[in-house]
Amino acid sequence: MKVREIVGLLDAKVFAGADQLDLEVQSACGADLMSDVMAFVKERVVLLTGLMNPQALRTADLLDIKVVVFVRGKKPTPDLVAMAEESGMILMTTKYSMFLACGRLYEAGLRGGGVREIS
Amino acid sequence: MKLTYSIPSMDFSAAGKASTDVKKTLAQLGLDRDLVKRIAVAMYEGEMNIAIHGGGGTAEIEFSPDRIDILLVDRGPGIADIALAMTEGFSTASEEVRSMGFGAGMGLPNMKRNADEMTVESRVGEGTSVRMRFLLGAARCA
Ligand SMILES: Nc1ncnc2c1ncn2[C@@H]1O[C@H](COP(=O)(O)OP(=O)(O)OP(=O)(O)O)[C@@H](O)[C@H]1O
Ligand SMILES: [Mg+2]
Repeated sequence: MKVREIVGLLDAKVFAGADQLDLEVQSACGADLMSDVMAFVKERVVLLTGLMNPQALRTADLLDIKVVVFVRGKKPTPDLVAMAEESGMILMTTKYSMFLACGRLYEAGLRGGGVREIS
Repeated sequence: MKLTYSIPSMDFSAAGKASTDVKKTLAQLGLDRDLVKRIAVAMYEGEMNIAIHGGGGTAEIEFSPDRIDILLVDRGPGIADIALAMTEGFSTASEEVRSMGFGAGMGLPNMKRNADEMTVESRVGEGTSVRMRFLLGAARCA
């Protein structure tokens, strides 16, 4: 799925990386705790999170995640936008909650996600 | 080659900088992308643990032809039950720390999964040291 399509599905406002919307993603990770993201190993990931701080972007950067969506209408501060631009990330905000945002992407065919056995 | 970083306590804006720097260095050395990611993740988890639980400390990264060793040391409260701390989901993080995005109780398990070898030594009241080894190239047997 192209990031452009995600922007449309989530009715999102793009704050950084607007020139890279042709990028393809294959899987999605929705999490507010960063170690849950770190436990998720996939390629071409879009991260959906309610956590709006530098740690969210740092986590994404360390995992080579190029697309970050802030849910529930959280608008990124200028320093976060600058940080995203510096690491060549696409940063956007959707008005939808985590559940609705993930549901919309899933319904549209983005199915890649982490499955782990119950230990 | 050896890199040393000092990791301040509870400084959420600085925390992660050492890992980001190490990742850049590793990428410049031309190491395999997946290996770089594994090292970056493990180091970041360790760095955050020092900042959040360990009261600050140091990280040392040593590069050898066949491996990379990371040594994380703090003089914090220590870990009473290491096996319990290594369990997925176990965390003593405060609500405040959770609101910063940490406290899933996945840090130590993530480190163990990403490193080829890992040892944790800790004494209550004295501190904790974590050693991680990453084997390069053919040396790693998955
Ligand atoms: N350096 C340390 N000093 C003292 N206690 C530690 C240290 N590292 C980990 N611990 C203890 O082990 C627990 C589990 O650590 P772990 O990294 O797995 O999870 P966490 O840090 O609580 O959450 P997460 O890493 O998922 O954000 C911690 O909650 C803490 O009680
Ligand atoms: Mg941790």
